[in-house]
Formats: sequence, C-alpha cells, structure tokens
Amino acid sequence: MFYREAGQFKKTYAADMAVFPILQDRIGIAVILIVAAVVIPLTGSTFFISSVMIPFLVFSLAAMGLNIVTGYTGLISLGTGAFMGVGAFACYKLTTIFPNVNIIIWILASGIFSAAIGAAFGLPSLRIKGFYLAVATLAAQFFLEWCFVRVPWLYNYSASGAIQVPQRTLFDVAITGANATPTTRYLVLLGIVVLMTWVASNILHGRIGRTFMAVRDMDIAAELMGIRLLPAKLMAFALSSFYCGVAGAVMMFLWYGGGEAADAFNIRQSFNILFMVIIGGLGSLIGCFLGAALLNIVPIILKFGFPAIGIAIGSETAEHLNHLLVGGLIIFFLIVEPHGLARLWQITKQKLRTWPFPY
Amino acid sequence: MKRHLTVAALAATTLASLALPAQAQDSVYVPLLTYRTGPFAGSGVHIANGMRDYLEMLNQRDGGIGGAKITIEECETGYDTKKGVECYESMKGKNPVVVNPYSTGITLQLIPKAAVDKIPVLSMAYGLSASADGGNFPWVFNPPATYWDGASVFVKHVAAVEGGLEKLKGKTLGLMHLDAPFGKEPIPVLEALAKKYGFTLKLYPVPAAQMQNQGSQWLAIRRDRVDWIYNQGWGAMNPTAVKEAVKAGFPIDKLVGVWWAGGDDDARAGEAAAKGYKTLNFHNTGNSFPVMQDILKHVFDKNLSQAKREQVGENLYNRGVYNSMLIAEAVRTAQKITGKKAVTGEDVRRGFEALNITDARLKEMGMEGFANSVKLACNDHNGHNKVFVSQWDGSKYVKASDWMDPMKEIVRPLIEQEAKDYVAKDAGWPKRTAPCEKGA
Repeated sequence: MFYREAGQFKKTYAADMAVFPILQDRIGIAVILIVAAVVIPLTGSTFFISSVMIPFLVFSLAAMGLNIVTGYTGLISLGTGAFMGVGAFACYKLTTIFPNVNIIIWILASGIFSAAIGAAFGLPSLRIKGFYLAVATLAAQFFLEWCFVRVPWLYNYSASGAIQVPQRTLFDVAITGANATPTTRYLVLLGIVVLMTWVASNILHGRIGRTFMAVRDMDIAAELMGIRLLPAKLMAFALSSFYCGVAGAVMMFLWYGGGEAADAFNIRQSFNILFMVIIGGLGSLIGCFLGAALLNIVPIILKFGFPAIGIAIGSETAEHLNHLLVGGLIIFFLIVEPHGLARLWQITKQKLRTWPFPY
Repeated sequence: MKRHLTVAALAATTLASLALPAQAQDSVYVPLLTYRTGPFAGSGVHIANGMRDYLEMLNQRDGGIGGAKITIEECETGYDTKKGVECYESMKGKNPVVVNPYSTGITLQLIPKAAVDKIPVLSMAYGLSASADGGNFPWVFNPPATYWDGASVFVKHVAAVEGGLEKLKGKTLGLMHLDAPFGKEPIPVLEALAKKYGFTLKLYPVPAAQMQNQGSQWLAIRRDRVDWIYNQGWGAMNPTAVKEAVKAGFPIDKLVGVWWAGGDDDARAGEAAAKGYKTLNFHNTGNSFPVMQDILKHVFDKNLSQAKREQVGENLYNRGVYNSMLIAEAVRTAQKITGKKAVTGEDVRRGFEALNITDARLKEMGMEGFANSVKLACNDHNGHNKVFVSQWDGSKYVKASDWMDPMKEIVRPLIEQEAKDYVAKDAGWPKRTAPCEKGA
C-alpha cells in the first residue's frame, strides 16, 4: 500500500531507467536530504554533529569506495585504510604546496592520486582472485603504512610525524582548522558526499557498473561477452580508490583536523570499513550508509546514550559490549542475511508494498 | 561484583551531579580520558586507577580542592584517537577545568582545539615536546619534563657511570624506539649530543606491528657492539625488549627505558635476569609516603577503588597519582589567583602558568621524597624539571641515581625552533593574547 507504484506511468525510456523510478522513493530522498541539510544543522547539538554525523558521512564515503571494488566487482580489498591515507597525505601536500587553491578542489583532486596508486596495486587482480588477491592488497596496506611513517616528505618533516590541518576558507568562512565550526564542516562534507553518491549511482547504473557486475558474477562469461577484464578490473580499483582517497582527505581535513595520520589509516581501519560493507550489504549503495550508520552509531549509543538516559553502564564495559556486539552482528549477518541491511530494507519495502494483503 | 557496584555508583553520582546544577556551583569537573581496554590496557589500567584514586582521596579527606568538590568522570579511549576525540566532544560542554588526553595521538588532536574551546590540555611528560613553549602554546602544558629532556638525562647517566662526559667519546649508544612519532622523538637531541660528545648513535626502530618480535634488532645490537641502549617504547614493546636483552646477553643495567618503559610488568617479563633494568622516572615508587597511606585509608578502606591494594605503590599507579597531583595543584593555584572556588578552564590555565610546587608544599601534601619540585612559567610550560634513574631490584623499582637536571641549554633552543616551525605551518594559528601572571 505504501509503496504501490500503480498509476505511475513512464512515458520515456529515461524515466524508466531513472535511479528512483517510484514517486515514493523520490519523496523519501527529498525528505532525507532536507533533514540532513536543514534540520540537523539547525537542531543538532555540537556533539551529535561532530561525533555522530561527520564520522558517519566519512565512513559512508569510504564504504562506498570499498563497495565498488568488493561488492560490485567481487574483488576483495584489504587496503582501504591505506588508500584513504594516500588521499589524506595527497591533500595535505597539495594544500601546503598550493595554499591559495580552494581546499575543496584539493580534497576532490586527492582522490586522483589515490586512484593511481589503487590501480597499480590492482594489477595482480587479473591473475589472482579471492584470498590471494586479499593478500596482495594487504601488501599495499603494509607498504603504504610504512611509507606514511618513513617518508618524512609526506608530513613536511615535522618532528612529531603528525600532519597539521591549516585553516582554509570558502567564501571567507573557515571550513578546516580549529576555527571551523562543526556545522560548517558538516555541511561541506554533506555536499561532497551527496555529490559523490550521485556520481557513483550514475556510474554504477550505467555501462561501467554493469561491466563490474558482469565481472563479479562470472569473469569468464564476461570476457566471452567482450568485456576486457584488465581495464574493467583496473577501473574498479581506480574508482574505488578514488572514493577511498576522498574519504581519507575529508576524514583528516573535515573531521580529525590533523594528527597522527599514519595511525588513523592502519589495518584496523581497513577491516572496520570491510565490516561496514558486509553488514550494510555488498553491492548496494544504500547499504554503505546503513552499514556505516550501524557500526558508527551503535558504539556511541552504548557509550554515551545509555548513561545519558539513566542506565548506568561504565565506559569500559560499553567498550567490551561493543566488541561483543559487532562480532555477533557480523556472524549473524553472514549466516542469516548475507546481503546485509540493504537486503532487509528491500524486504521491508516489498512487505510495505503488498500490505495489508500480502500474497 | 564489587567492581560493578563501583561503576554503577560512579555513574550514578555523575548523573546526580549533572541533574543538580545547583550543586555544580562549588565543584570542579575533571574528566579523565583513560584506557582500560585495548592493546595498551596493561599499562592504562594502573594509570587510570592512580589518577582516580588520588582525586577521590581529596574528595573523601578534604571534601575536594579548596572547598570545591571534584566531579570525576572517566571516559574510555582504548588508546584510540577517534574514541578519545569523541570523549572530548562529549564532555567539553560540561565546563571541564583541564583535559588529560593520555595518548600522544589524542594530544595532537586536542592541541589546536584547546585555544578555541578554552580548555587547558595537560599532557604530563608526553605529547608534543614543542608545546613546552608557552608563548606559542598558551593552552598546552607538558610538565615535568619532555622526551628531549629524558634523552639528555640518559646521556648524562651514561656519562656518570662511565666516569665523565669525556669518556663518551668512541662509545656506541643505541636508541631502540617504536617506529611511530612517539618513538622518534628523542632522535634530534641524541644526534645533537652525539656530535657534541663524540659518541656513535645507532637507531633500532621497532615497527608497531612487530613489537613482540625484536629478534633482528637485538641481533643487530650484538653485531654493532652497542654499549648502552635507550628504549623509547610503549606497551608490549617494553617487556619484549627486556626479555630479548636477557636472551641476547646484553648487560641489563645498560638498558635504560624512558619513563613510559617503566611498568612493573615490563620488568617482570624478564624474570630474575631482569634485575638491574633501568628506567627514567620523575616520581618515586612504593606506598610508604603519607599520601599513599591516605589513599589506602580514605579510598581503599571504603572500597572506592577499582585497583587491588597491593598495586598501590607500583610505578604506573604512582604515575597516575602524580598526574592528578599536578591537576589538583593547578586548580588550587587557580583558586588562589582568582579567589573563586569553582574555577573555570581559563582560570586553571592561569593556575598552571603560576604553578610552583615547592619542597615545602610537597611535604605538606605528604609527598616528601615522592616527587621533586615543579615550577612552570608563562613561556615555559614544561619546567624541564629534574628526573632520576630507577632500577628494578627483582620485585620493585628503586631509586638508583640522584635527581638530575636535563641539559636545558641544548633542549630549550630545539623546542623554541620546533614550536616556531609548528606555528608557521598552521596559517590560522591564534596569537597568544593572554597576559602573563605577575611574578610568574
């Protein structure tokens, strides 16, 4: 009943191929965007915006990157953290060498560096698959992490090895650095994430996305159909790393505001994002947001939410609970719903559509 | 069960204090960022207990500091920067008087925020060495000594054992360090000293992922015939270094750790052969001091601590106590300057700058012999105070040298240079506007 598309006629092919062909979806997206862009900045507390929403958006973007290569193309990557790191260091170098160029341009451009490195490390994917490819990407993770510590040029030879995010402005409003308010940083980040999600959705629904999915479903069949595997797989790695790189750049510049960058992009970060993708749903864009929301918000609710409503739970107990819960969730989803939260959302949608007369 | 009750009681009191703003009138809110979980919990738990218990003791014995009750709130960081910053964001609205990040990573994150949020950062002998420059970092304090001071004291100690600074010529000193920003800190000072005194400096980096596998480093140490090793390590790296030194037959009394390589569990790993292991320190161990007796009486006898009774007096527990003593003294100084009971973060920043813990004051606090005097100033947020070498006697650390002054004449110019570089890299870095205290 709620999702009934009866009476919605499509008169052009373009309308039929739209990303959101149903009116209800379009309304839903509009409501979500209004809430995200207007309601949250106006009503959210500083803590909510800086510790819940900003990390959520950053992780969504990173999960989107990993989902392109793992979910859509079926190539496992354990180097997400390192590719994010490449983006962060590239953005730092670019903005310190060319301080007068707008930081948003550098954030987006830093993805290009990450894409190049991602494509280079994606080369083995033509010959090896599955676990073996995972090990090859693990090598990327360790090698790049080593570079972040051992190449002082990357952090401008600072004695502490940390990167400092300088103040940069957009229309004379500080958007990075300590003086940028969480709301400003959130709005800039939201703009980047919405733009990149729109681009990803168009790429993945088009020829390139279909190529990826053909490779994922059966690469020999895809090859027989005339898809060249090497360019397709490298494209997947490059695109994925581009998104990861931008995610890393926004993480350092709009969320962390500098610090020990090498430590932020370690192997644990790679796994964290892999879990988001698995729990959210492989091969689904909405899954990236759902997975990032679950893995980022549940710990915060456990740690700060329960004490705030009067349920006494020690900070360290929450931390232990969090580990148990995330582990449990991963096992649960792998057994019960391998397609993740995105699949649950689809089932709900179908139920809503036929409600109250299911067939 | 007892632990759970304590946790429950803690949370309940915190909530109660939040729910009753009237009570907040004469209280100071001291959040403690601690880590009782994660890979570094082994050291974090003892420090957390020490920090808590001293403040709790002040509450129980004196009713707080200068009549203002201390509201203690712990927030778990797991030594993770992301979680640490979350903790900071969650408590910064409750008017904390000071924040203790207890991790170099979190400290680096909070340094730019401190001036904006007007909350002083106390990174006790860790964090960014350059933040000792109060002119450029008015909101950050890192007493009593920096890593650079520590490295210079190590060289002084070597000289003292070998029979004078001129005997250093031709010796080989090794730096074994965690391959991360924290571990690499002492390198510039040791390089400068190597040039000055003519010893050879060899570096043995240990990658964070390989902390428990130091076979190749110790092989290289044997090959290079290193005379002394300075260990700038943390966490699982330290017990491994002690164990490997014993295995490699390295004279254990020539292995000297930075103060963070001085956990009782670090030395215990080497069993009987670890006897003689040395570490730098700026406070004493043991529970014979009146202040420790007060903690036992007012906190442990009332079952208010999460620690075990026998842990009081261990090195890292005492370090937590020392850290909280600095907080309490800064708050007390701030109360004296402003005449207010419920001081704010801005007042406590002034309190830190005017901090002068004299020997008389230490005696008053029951800390005679426990710590040395500490004095900070407007542009000197560290003090470069005296440290000493303590030595593992098989069951505890004992004081093995006199209090030694760091080589301030070498360290200070490096700090000022480094602070200048830091500020130059940050276009929007705020200029110091706060005036200096009179007489400070």
